[in-house]
Amino acid sequence: MIETRQLTKRYGGFTAVDAITFKVEPGQVLGFLGPNGAGKSTTMKMLAGFLSPTSGGATVAGFDIETQPLEAKRALGYLPEGAPSYGEMSVREFLDFIADVRALKGDLRDKRIDDAVERLHLERVLEQPIDTLSKGFKRRVGLAGAILHDPKVLILDEPTDGLDPNQKQEVRTLINSMARDKTIIISTHLLEEVHAVCSRAIIIAAGRILADASPAELEARSRYHQAVSLTAVNVAQAKEALSKVADIAAIEVDPQDGRITAFPKPGRSIFVAVGDALKTQGVAVRELALEPGRLDEVFRTITQGAAGQEART
Amino acid sequence: MSGIATIFKRELRSYFATPVAYVFIVIFLLLSGAFTFYLGNFYERGQADLQPFFNFHPWLYLFLVPAVSMRLWAEERKSGTIELLLTLPVTMWQAVLGKFLAAWAFIAIALALTFPIWITVNYLGSPDNGVIFASYLGSLLMAGAFLAIGSCISASTRNQVVAFILTVVICFLLLLAGFPLVLDFFRAVAPQGIVDAVAGLSFLTHFGSIGKGVIDLRDLIYFLLMIGAWLYATAVVIDLKKAA
Repeated sequence: MIETRQLTKRYGGFTAVDAITFKVEPGQVLGFLGPNGAGKSTTMKMLAGFLSPTSGGATVAGFDIETQPLEAKRALGYLPEGAPSYGEMSVREFLDFIADVRALKGDLRDKRIDDAVERLHLERVLEQPIDTLSKGFKRRVGLAGAILHDPKVLILDEPTDGLDPNQKQEVRTLINSMARDKTIIISTHLLEEVHAVCSRAIIIAAGRILADASPAELEARSRYHQAVSLTAVNVAQAKEALSKVADIAAIEVDPQDGRITAFPKPGRSIFVAVGDALKTQGVAVRELALEPGRLDEVFRTITQGAAGQEART
Repeated sequence: MSGIATIFKRELRSYFATPVAYVFIVIFLLLSGAFTFYLGNFYERGQADLQPFFNFHPWLYLFLVPAVSMRLWAEERKSGTIELLLTLPVTMWQAVLGKFLAAWAFIAIALALTFPIWITVNYLGSPDNGVIFASYLGSLLMAGAFLAIGSCISASTRNQVVAFILTVVICFLLLLAGFPLVLDFFRAVAPQGIVDAVAGLSFLTHFGSIGKGVIDLRDLIYFLLMIGAWLYATAVVIDLKKAA
């Protein structure tokens, strides 16, 4: 479990993290979203015990990060941004070092190292110096180090940054497989990742929490939520037909590909009505889809709205 | 304690994983030999002692120790591993001490490899081995003090070249603290008490008295305090600079 209370970090006059309060339970994967410089990494660094908060506090697995830092660090697996590791060491030496620091001994130690190597597919590169590995492998070595002691709490700062799509998929599968009994926080720029692994998302900008909800709830805030989009053979005819549906608030046509999007009035569902209208008017439709909502649009609205407020005050 | 040992082991091994260790050891041995025999007139003096050998150690260390210490923290900061290291379950002190002791042990290995000269002098005559032992101890302590200074400077920058140059300058000033070059500056601006205090900080004075075979508690305490103070400063600097 991770809990923060009014967690704040100031550098001189600049507030990087501004009184953030949240709680993550075991079994939850929390996605930290936000533009660059929003305070995601600073928050994670404080939770990991690298930076000390200016005010407020936090507990990791029940241990206060300021008064019980060693206990908190023992319960935590942390992947810093960029997955740094000691380049001159081989993968095996690096994992041995982490196991030593984590005081893993005997059979358990062997088992944990084997498990981490297997989960991240490092068998082939075990004896290679980390410096000679590709970016994807370096990232996986960092991840292996973070999960080596089977921590209750995992904090991963951009775990899939710089990986190719296959590697991204593997890391997401890994996170999902560990999600059941752990408390996990990941930060990411990729909204598709929130869908793929997170059960909850916090959007932060300028050091403040702007939204805290499940990915589906965030999508529901989108203008596109419950909208219907379609491509028709005859765009004008389709628009004409749609204009007769009572619950439609607005119709937009994409000037590039002619895709028509119909937005419902608040709280209304228009999919069935649109289908009926098209059929009765005899409009030929190539494709018809119900939009779940667009996370990127929600993200933009929320974070840019905040930036706008910031500029005014 | 185990935290120190683990970090010590990793650090010491990493010296030998790169050419740094071998280059350092070879150059240290070559230079100390060359200085002893050519500049120190080892044979011509006709005395069975290692005075000419130890006399050059402060000047050798002046350039070689900063070359070891410059990477101590600057490299961790540059590669980002400092964040990894300090979020592992070790305290700041364990990290600072583990890294320092590894570097010190490395220099001790280089120093120990000068043993042929000790054998030579014992073969040629009958030197006072007590004095030689004391000189080795003094040399090692002085290297430790240089290293501790280097550790602190290395913690304050991510640029190893800057760390090297600053360390050389500070070590140079401390070496010569008892000499007019440094003292004249303080005489101009400070009362006699401070001038005397600065003179008392001189590495050469303390190293010289140990080298005479007199292991004075005050000289030991001087070097140990020097190491302790600079390592404490290292921890403070790391804490301050983490945010940046």
